[in-house]
Amino acid sequence: MNKEKKNILSNGAVQTLLASLFCIVLGLVVGYVVLLAINPAGAGRAITAILQNFLYFPRPEVALEYFGSTLAKTAPLLMCTLSVLFAYKVGLFNIGASGQYSVGAGFALYFGIHYNAPWWVCLILAMLGGAALGAIAGALKAYLNVNEVIACIMLNWISLYAVNTVLTEVKESGTTYTLPLRTNNPNALIPHLGLQHLFADNRYVTIAIPLAVIFAILVWVVLDKTKLGYELKATGLSINAAKYAGMREKKNIILTMAISGALAGLGAGFLYLCGIEQWSCAQTAVPNMGFNGIAAAFLGGIHPIGVIFSSFFIQHITSGGAYVDKMVYCSQISDLIAAIIIYFCGFVLFFKHVMRSRIQKSEDKKKNVAAKKGGE
Amino acid sequence: MALLLQYTLIYASVLLLVALGGCFSERSGIINLGLEGIMVAGALGGALVMKYMPNLSPAAMVIGVVIGSVVFGMVFSLLLAVAAINFNADQTLVGTAMNMLATAAATVFVKAINMAENPNNVASTIQYIDQKKAFSIIKIAGFEINWFMIITIVLLILANVVLYHTRLGLRLMACGEHPQAADSVGINVYKMRYIGVLISGFLGGLGGIVYITAGVSEWKFENGVAGFGFLALAVMIFGQWKPNPIALAALLFGLFRALSNVYSGFDFLASLNIPGTFYKMLPYIISLLVLAVSSKKSRAPKAEGIPYDKGQR
Repeated sequence: MNKEKKNILSNGAVQTLLASLFCIVLGLVVGYVVLLAINPAGAGRAITAILQNFLYFPRPEVALEYFGSTLAKTAPLLMCTLSVLFAYKVGLFNIGASGQYSVGAGFALYFGIHYNAPWWVCLILAMLGGAALGAIAGALKAYLNVNEVIACIMLNWISLYAVNTVLTEVKESGTTYTLPLRTNNPNALIPHLGLQHLFADNRYVTIAIPLAVIFAILVWVVLDKTKLGYELKATGLSINAAKYAGMREKKNIILTMAISGALAGLGAGFLYLCGIEQWSCAQTAVPNMGFNGIAAAFLGGIHPIGVIFSSFFIQHITSGGAYVDKMVYCSQISDLIAAIIIYFCGFVLFFKHVMRSRIQKSEDKKKNVAAKKGGE
Repeated sequence: MALLLQYTLIYASVLLLVALGGCFSERSGIINLGLEGIMVAGALGGALVMKYMPNLSPAAMVIGVVIGSVVFGMVFSLLLAVAAINFNADQTLVGTAMNMLATAAATVFVKAINMAENPNNVASTIQYIDQKKAFSIIKIAGFEINWFMIITIVLLILANVVLYHTRLGLRLMACGEHPQAADSVGINVYKMRYIGVLISGFLGGLGGIVYITAGVSEWKFENGVAGFGFLALAVMIFGQWKPNPIALAALLFGLFRALSNVYSGFDFLASLNIPGTFYKMLPYIISLLVLAVSSKKSRAPKAEGIPYDKGQR
């Protein structure tokens, strides 16, 4: 009995799960306190609304439909999360997922609306666009030693303004939004293949959702089961050791950032090509998706399978933010909770370390006791 | 022309203040990617002083706003200090979280106070048209000198003195180069790093309020500070972690940032017919280019980003 208990806690995956849950609880508690500070009366209801999200609707078919919408937005977030994760596994911090995502959106929508390209062409172009932007940051890092975080931030802003300019050509005349795909080029919409029937005919439910999960598994396989993944991770652990072992470390860095960017670009394709949102050409802030991806990546313990669940959770509370009482609170409260969760994710390593040393200590104690008994 | 000069100087002041903040933090061994968030926190602090004490005399207004922004900046920077110094957290991650946290928190907070005053006002904007007038000292032919420029110059001199000519500064730099060696001669590395981060909170917070009062008289907190904290980091790298070169770099970057505000006033620039977005992108493009040129042989503090572990050699 005792032995089993010890085994569970010293298991890395369980520790990660516990640490992540701890971060979530802390994030929610701080979020709740903020809500209380703003207005004590509705705080309880607001935090439940955020946590319930689609369950907010009492009628099951409506809830199911909104569940579908949350999933449709989880797919792009999962791709951005994978983007952050892939780079992080190779020792690079891809804070540029947002920019790569913007470029992906730009390519997908411009070719979809202006050239009436079919959805798969748009998706591939979105992927290539993101990859190109990622590769620029990678090349700057590999050849010129530019800190990738700062380079990515600069590229984020440059690509936001560039995409705004380009997409202005295909925007509605009266608003700042791009023309809706559904009326202008239905071919550019990602097909449903019948999936929408599972979610009360929610038309935003497309094959993008299973595709994103497939990409998560793919990332897992590439990183953990292939030579390429091994080389990339080795480069991340020690660039000099990788070089000494005959790996082309510069190529590896660029390739990593390109793959990472491709994932984020695809994510944008998944969102904008299902028609759930239109790009606003007057955006003055870089899309949040990439930053939420950082939250989900760390919350998921930097594991490709773990992040499927953490991406869903982050999107769940982000969507849930829309249901708080607008007369008292604002929907950004869920951004705040997500930010607090990421902040606490910084402590995860420390939590794990404490947990491990506690277990080690108690094991040592037992051994000592056993040794003493043996000696007597 | 006067306008270009004025904007250049004011944006250079912002960049200089924030980059000096980054310099102190990194010289002590902590990478501060949360400068952007610290700027937002400082901006909020200063804006709140302007909002709730609108009738202060001009002198008191300047002092009050500076204190408000500095206090908010320093308190917010503690988030980085605690996580990075006491809990060995990943400094890049914590910095990123701080940036998101500051913008989200400021938005929620400002919206809450706006909605409490008027349920129909759901904007995250604070206005300070009249209060802002206190910052200007003198106006000559369209060129306005303001208090923040003076404060910035004083702080630049002070930074030089502190960093190179005081015991504190020299000890601080030792902790960023070789903390174990510093510890072996009796310097408290943790304390020095706390001081470094807090100074960056002070300067970053001040930079935040200078930024949101430059050229505009209201600020929408949803937008954060548009990557300015990261531009300041680029300035710091270009300036090779030394105050005086940082000042020169800040002037250069400030010029390009100012251009995006006033380019339409120049006939030859306007006649080029380059879209306005290009000028908006310009500071970021320039900083990428500058980083590409200057990063190769950059001489960053050796121990920056590495949590201090007493047991390690």
